[in-house]
Amino acid sequence: MKHLVRGVFLGLAIAVAPMAQAQTPPGVLVVGQIAEPKSLDPHAVTAVNDFRILMNVYDGLVRYAPGTLEVEPALAESWEVSEDGTVYTFTLRDGVTFHDGSALTADVVKFNFERMLNDDHPFADTGPFPLAFFFSAVESVEALDDLTVRFTLNEPYAPFLSNLAYPTGLIVSQAAVEEHGADFGRNPSGTGAYRVVDWTANQRVVAEANPDYWDGAPDLQAVIFRPITDANTRIAEMLSGGLDVMVEVPPDALAQFRDDASFEVLEQAGPHLWFLILNTREGPFADQRVRQAANYAIDKTALVEDILQGTAEVAASPTPPAFAWAYNEELEPYPHDPDRARALLAEAGYDGETVTFFVTEGGSGMLDPVAMGTAIQADLEAVGMDVAIETYEWNTFLGQVNPGLEGKADMAEMAWMTNDPDTLPFLALRTEAMPDNGGFNSGYYSNPEVDELLNEARTATDQDRRAELYKRMQTIVQEEAPWVFVANWKQNAVVSDRVSGLNLEPSFFLLLQDVAKD
Amino acid sequence: MMAYIARRLLAVIPVLFGLTLIVFFIMALIPGDPATAILGSYATPENVERLNRQLGLDRSLPEQYLIWLGNLMQGDLGRSYSLNRPVLDEVTERFGATLILAGTSLLLCSILGLLAGVVSAVRQYGLTDKIVTFAVLIGISTPSFWLGLLLILVFAVQWRLFPASGMYAIYGGGDLPDLLRHLFLPAVTLSVVATGVIARLTRTAMLEVLRQDYIRTARAKGLHESRVIWRHAFKAALVGVIPVIGIQAGFVLGGAVYIETVFQWPGIGSMLVTAISTRDLLLVQGGVLVVAAAYVLFNLLADVAQTLLDPRLR
Repeated sequence: MKHLVRGVFLGLAIAVAPMAQAQTPPGVLVVGQIAEPKSLDPHAVTAVNDFRILMNVYDGLVRYAPGTLEVEPALAESWEVSEDGTVYTFTLRDGVTFHDGSALTADVVKFNFERMLNDDHPFADTGPFPLAFFFSAVESVEALDDLTVRFTLNEPYAPFLSNLAYPTGLIVSQAAVEEHGADFGRNPSGTGAYRVVDWTANQRVVAEANPDYWDGAPDLQAVIFRPITDANTRIAEMLSGGLDVMVEVPPDALAQFRDDASFEVLEQAGPHLWFLILNTREGPFADQRVRQAANYAIDKTALVEDILQGTAEVAASPTPPAFAWAYNEELEPYPHDPDRARALLAEAGYDGETVTFFVTEGGSGMLDPVAMGTAIQADLEAVGMDVAIETYEWNTFLGQVNPGLEGKADMAEMAWMTNDPDTLPFLALRTEAMPDNGGFNSGYYSNPEVDELLNEARTATDQDRRAELYKRMQTIVQEEAPWVFVANWKQNAVVSDRVSGLNLEPSFFLLLQDVAKD
Repeated sequence: MMAYIARRLLAVIPVLFGLTLIVFFIMALIPGDPATAILGSYATPENVERLNRQLGLDRSLPEQYLIWLGNLMQGDLGRSYSLNRPVLDEVTERFGATLILAGTSLLLCSILGLLAGVVSAVRQYGLTDKIVTFAVLIGISTPSFWLGLLLILVFAVQWRLFPASGMYAIYGGGDLPDLLRHLFLPAVTLSVVATGVIARLTRTAMLEVLRQDYIRTARAKGLHESRVIWRHAFKAALVGVIPVIGIQAGFVLGGAVYIETVFQWPGIGSMLVTAISTRDLLLVQGGVLVVAAAYVLFNLLADVAQTLLDPRLR
């Protein structure tokens, strides 16, 4: 017994002995992630958390120019688009090699897309590839010569280039896929600025600088991605010096980091929209005036300032301002005007009928959904609407909302993040995108003019023309108010004062190529 | 004895079998499916259907269960779709980490709990007893996830004595002192409630034994008091406390679920939390199977230990 006690105390003494908590070493950047990556095969994943690693390990044919959502050359030096917008011919950069030493060729690019798109491809079983439908317009990929690759689309599809800049369009090493098969996701090989040298499950992913990077070798020696699922633990780890960069900082914690000189808070508005879907098919919101009343009644500034503590901006329309070229700057958000809301409700003859409101407990991009839902309920009740909240866990919530609100609810929270201005309205505002057709128009909004604008905008190849169509769409949709437009989230990160050169991107990707640390 | 152990082990098999059946169908009953969880906003019926087919989830439930069972017989727990690796690899790695944490906690709470119980029984109603009882009651009533965060704030953020999270240092480290440093806060947090429970029970058991005639006889014989307490009284009291320690082993395993989440300990508890929220059925099945087997084994060990200590049971 006594020996045991002594043994335990000895053990504790050893544990406490080296008191000095190690700071992270210079040249090595430690990034706090919100979860363990699912896979490091860019075609197999869907989560932003995984993209943060992948964008530093792989390159696509094109990429977003810094600070924008406009594409610029990456692995492809240049490209040509046919007159009718269905044939894209890319010229690849010469002399690029993957981390495993194999060369980037047109055949490798062809292999990448065929693996994702053809169910009978010999390596199709290394998937599944959940976002392969980003490229469902691709009919064929041909290698014209070593460095020329041609994509033929089955119809003009304007977001194609933008999708190539998305993680699903990153190019993987064919040799590595052939070698590792289904385990490629744990043995990744790309052309990026960093190459993965160690993945210890649930502890770390270590990526070393790629000295041969075609776009200039990084300053850092290595980046270590650490998964820390609990937000409070992540904050504590950042405060105690165990992390250099922390992403997705909860609003409550931002003030603390702002007041501390040893940290810097970075923010960047992105292509995110938080909105309420209104059921336009039945119930009070079938009347446009009631939908507008809801937009006037909800104090979005208070939501953004108080609940989200300035981590978001008030949204004006279905298109986030991050898509600068497609955003209609003339539109002002609905002001907070309870009197106007009451007048509209009276005019519409709203009789105090109970409005059922689906709220989620959490979920991707949903910010603080319970607190926001409660505040929205209070705002609507202040103008005389009777709102009953039903709360669901995220996956259950999606199972309720995606098939459509009819017979279940009058409104529901929702948030989207997309890499182009096309996807969200195309999938969620068109008549043909009703849930029974496999779309996300869960509130059954229908306006033939909007349908036409969206269809044309998605196939037009001229960006000015696309911008014009989208701006008109926003004016109409804002007026008819099938949604309550609430907030555009600002991505945030906290970095220690030893880190320099990190800029957040509107794409929400974390690009570490130019980051340095002393 | 061996026959008894063999019989108990055989009885475990139907329990585990029933358990997998229950977990399987409960998971099927929870709304939401893996494809929706993976696709998120992009979960159109078309995409969900395609992904389900690729994941083999388009088969009927009994068929899926039988396939799983068949693979299990060959030692194959399937492949996790949220982690893209074999369930067995993940579960083995994670369970190792949990055993280290839970084992240390169990050791801590047994030693501290027994000591505290004996001390307060011997000094019944004295100041020491009052202080120990007060501390023990506070320990039992403190929610451990909250205590965990508090310890992190004080010892990791303020004083920087211990790392805030993880099992090994992220660079360098990897040796035993490194592990102990990371283990200290979560192990203490996890053992606090169990320590309290064991202390309370030990105190009661000791008080009862100390009133027995043979203790008076031992004292009358002129034996040294410490010998009376440890040799004569404690050994007898231990018989009643050991099954409780067995139960606390189960409690510690269960408590590991949230303590692991708070401390980012890469154990099986935090794995299960993630697996359930991503609807990763195979991973949940594999994890539950291992945890349940461990729980049953701990209880068996406690029973065996009790039998060895208590001549009446032999």
